[in-house]
Amino acid sequence: MPNVKEGSSAAANRTAVKRKSDRELVVTRTFDAPVHLVFEAWSKPELFKQWWVPKSVGMSLLSCDMDIRTGGTYRLVFSHPAFDQPMAFFGTYKEVTPHKRLVWTNEDSDQGAVTTVTFEENDGKTLVTFHELYPTTAALEEALAGSAEGLPEQFAQLDELLAGRS
Amino acid sequence: MHPWVIPLRITHARSTVNHMVHYQARLDRTFAALSDVTRRGVLEQLGNSDASVTDLAQRFHMTLTGMKKHVSLLEQAGLVTTEKVGRVRTCKLGLRRLEEEATWIEQHRQLWSARFDALDELVEHLKREEKADAQRKRR
Repeated sequence: MPNVKEGSSAAANRTAVKRKSDRELVVTRTFDAPVHLVFEAWSKPELFKQWWVPKSVGMSLLSCDMDIRTGGTYRLVFSHPAFDQPMAFFGTYKEVTPHKRLVWTNEDSDQGAVTTVTFEENDGKTLVTFHELYPTTAALEEALAGSAEGLPEQFAQLDELLAGRS
Repeated sequence: MHPWVIPLRITHARSTVNHMVHYQARLDRTFAALSDVTRRGVLEQLGNSDASVTDLAQRFHMTLTGMKKHVSLLEQAGLVTTEKVGRVRTCKLGLRRLEEEATWIEQHRQLWSARFDALDELVEHLKREEKADAQRKRR
């Protein structure tokens, strides 16, 4: 059984991000709450929009439509001060199994990833695994290349800073 | 998605022909570089340790000129970088790609930490509410 550390919610490094293979990104974190509450926060739009766009990101969520059921669709519209036009993210829920699994597509890009989120309760805590599978290595490479190429000027500086520290 | 990632995905989706051509060319160079068994061997070797062009030529039983060609193709694809110190040209795995990958992972880590911290707070709040509800019912 995993030995989950007790700590304040500010404890660093509780969120693990890994590139699992050429086509996969995996993010994990354990929440100190039973699975029905964690799942509720992912599946009720009014709760989901309270955390999906962290304040530090500088974006605002203009609208959030989520028809959470297998075969249902979602559409999130964001605005960012650096861009004139709002940006829409949309796709379809391939699987909605309450308290266990969510699978959705990212259809705003032709080479969008398929996202799978699993929830596992253990001893009153819930392990959330967020998994993104890109259709091809090239699609992930493009996402990767995009993070260093063709950046808007205002972000290029920040990139340099990050690269300098790594 | 992170602010650096979202606008980029959008930029990609609406990308100009120029950008596609640029990306395509880059991809072509990468695949061309990887299409040769010797060059794949060189990458594997450099994954273990840096090596000079002379070392690589010896290890792969070829002329210095032949190896220079292979290294140059790997270099153009961004898979290898070289540095000449004195008379020795040392090859190592392409920093640029590794940096890109590190940057990408770091962006995701920052986003997900912030996002999951917010989710953590919300879930704590839901938990307290549920407890309060249960106590009210018991009374």
